[in-house]
Amino acid sequence: MANKSQPDRDGRFGEYGGRFVPETVVFALEELTRAYKVARGEKEFKKRFSDLLRDYVGRPSPLYFAQRFSDKVGADVYLKREDLNHTGAHKINNCLGQALLAMRMGKKRIIAETGAGQHGLATATVCALFGLECVIYMGAKDVQRQAPNVRKIEFLGAKVVPVTSGAQTLKDATNEAMRDWVTNIETTFYIIGSAVGPHPYPMMVRDFQSIIGKEARRQALGRLGTLPDYVVACVGGGSNAIGIMNAFLRDTKVELIGVEAGGYGLSSGMHSASLTKGRPGVLHGSYSYLLFDNEGQVILPHSISAGLDYPGVGPEHSHLRDTGRVVYRSVTDKQALTAFKALSLCEGIIPALESSHALAYLMVGKEFKSRDKNKAGKKRPSVILCLSGRGDKDMDIVEDAQGKV
Amino acid sequence: MTISIAHKFKLLKTSGRKALIPFFTAGYPSLAETEKLALTAVSAGADVLEIGMPFSDPLADGPAIQVSSFEALKSGLKMKDTFSLVERIAGKTGTPIALMGYYNPILAQGISKFVRSAKSAGVSGLIIPDLPPEEAGELRDIARDAQMGLSFLVAPTTGEKRYATIAKASSAFVYAVTVAGVTGARTTFATRTDDYLRSVRKAISKPLVAGFGISDGVTAKKMALRVDGVVVGSAFIDLMRKNTRATARARVGALVEEIRKSIDSLDSGRNS
Ligand SMILES: Cc1ncc(COP(=O)(O)O)c(C=O)c1O
Repeated sequence: MANKSQPDRDGRFGEYGGRFVPETVVFALEELTRAYKVARGEKEFKKRFSDLLRDYVGRPSPLYFAQRFSDKVGADVYLKREDLNHTGAHKINNCLGQALLAMRMGKKRIIAETGAGQHGLATATVCALFGLECVIYMGAKDVQRQAPNVRKIEFLGAKVVPVTSGAQTLKDATNEAMRDWVTNIETTFYIIGSAVGPHPYPMMVRDFQSIIGKEARRQALGRLGTLPDYVVACVGGGSNAIGIMNAFLRDTKVELIGVEAGGYGLSSGMHSASLTKGRPGVLHGSYSYLLFDNEGQVILPHSISAGLDYPGVGPEHSHLRDTGRVVYRSVTDKQALTAFKALSLCEGIIPALESSHALAYLMVGKEFKSRDKNKAGKKRPSVILCLSGRGDKDMDIVEDAQGKV
Repeated sequence: MTISIAHKFKLLKTSGRKALIPFFTAGYPSLAETEKLALTAVSAGADVLEIGMPFSDPLADGPAIQVSSFEALKSGLKMKDTFSLVERIAGKTGTPIALMGYYNPILAQGISKFVRSAKSAGVSGLIIPDLPPEEAGELRDIARDAQMGLSFLVAPTTGEKRYATIAKASSAFVYAVTVAGVTGARTTFATRTDDYLRSVRKAISKPLVAGFGISDGVTAKKMALRVDGVVVGSAFIDLMRKNTRATARARVGALVEEIRKSIDSLDSGRNS
């Protein structure tokens, strides 16, 4: 059962996590772990962080009852509006926390990997805010498909390095960011964008993102007078999901559902569903579910959503999968596109393609499908869904995909 | 008959010589060519060979070794091909061989099965750049039982307190990474590299080799002065990328000879 003492001293969530890294970065991870443990206990650090979340990010983010979408799916759907955060996604919560830590540690150069560009944008934003040098690694394919974010990142004074190795997506950007880190370890702070990587990152990213669930739980109690039946979030590396779920882990009556990217379908081999179709392995510093072949070579994932296009997942999710506390499902590219359109048309909210995966699950998932949608008087299940980001960045992809249908 | 790496280091010590350890990626530019390159290197004076097992995500490697890994995998190289390559080289040369590779392919095989296959192919040692001693418990037990050498890495950023842990976990030799960075040929090193190697040397009595960035006789000699041997890798791969196979092989042979001569010109007993 997940609890506050996760991870253990070695950074393990059950058997997952740890520190599988080149020796050169071991000292940096130890230094970071120590610095973080001190900082998170300090009133001043916590105040600085929460002041910025309020005044700069715009927290708390609203919990919005999506009436028309609810009617469509036959559940009372409350959207946790992370899309309304400054920079348009949940990523900024984590970036602020890590940047504050970087400054405490005297690091003036920041690097980050990005897929959808949301983490890159959030990192470039906090670097502008604090006057830090910023380099963003981004797969060349993602530079193309998330062009609007690239322009913003560069405008904010950060340097974008397109990565041309491998599939030219998030995995390869992460490799390159790690290589930079190994090389510039003494001056550079690596702001990892999801709850992945070597200890202490999965723990630290979870903690910084936990504000989502803390607020959502309080808002639910205030609004519904009770906890929701379900909490649903999309899972790439797993930061928005663990961020919203962390506060509900002990509420055993609340069912937690993580939605992975099913790409062209689970049997197509072209997906990013590490928890559903992967096995435990080691990539980017931790032991966790991973997509790899019989030779141990990492399989190139696929998702229409750049932010979910990653072969691994954070180690805490692996643990939560094995314990059964969270169930992990997947939806296809197509289903995500349908949900993207549906939310736009019935709520006037254009969701990120990543978040659209979570939305799509409400439209197709077996927990929701079987309900009789029209029968009045029947109590509909209540759902809090993490709307992790806004979809402006995805308009090109969606238009392209529609053209092809 | 192939001798173990540990035994090789004893012999070298007795004769007052430094170990020269060329690195080649299995399957680059082709499996047959890797074998020829290894034989060339041995005739030119290599003492131990390091063979790289390609991985899809070599995050401790610079462009040269990355390209060699991707090319090898693209050609369809499997782990069993690497093992049979090792078997052939060991059979023909008797030179001890260490395998260098990332952890996931080893895990995917199962650690026991991997170590058994490696052992029967004639592998004498393992170097796993993304596996620090703290995460290697199971592998250490299995390797000990199988008498498979294990080499862990020290880096310029390693706290001196960790030296003992790393040395204790290492059986064949300890691998001192010369620079904070990825693999790749360099022509210059920070002046503090020398201080760092001295302090590692002082703390570690097991055989100690230096690697990452060593590209020619000059850099090799500088490092060899402080340690028991040098690993040279990317410099060879750069030659392969720039030349036809026959030319590359000749140049690799010449570079091995140059480094051999250079490190042999060090007086024995000066590395303190
Ligand atoms: C809006 C949005 N949601 C979700 C994700 C997926 O990441 P995670 O699983 O860490 O929340 C991303 C990643 O880029 C994103 O931009």
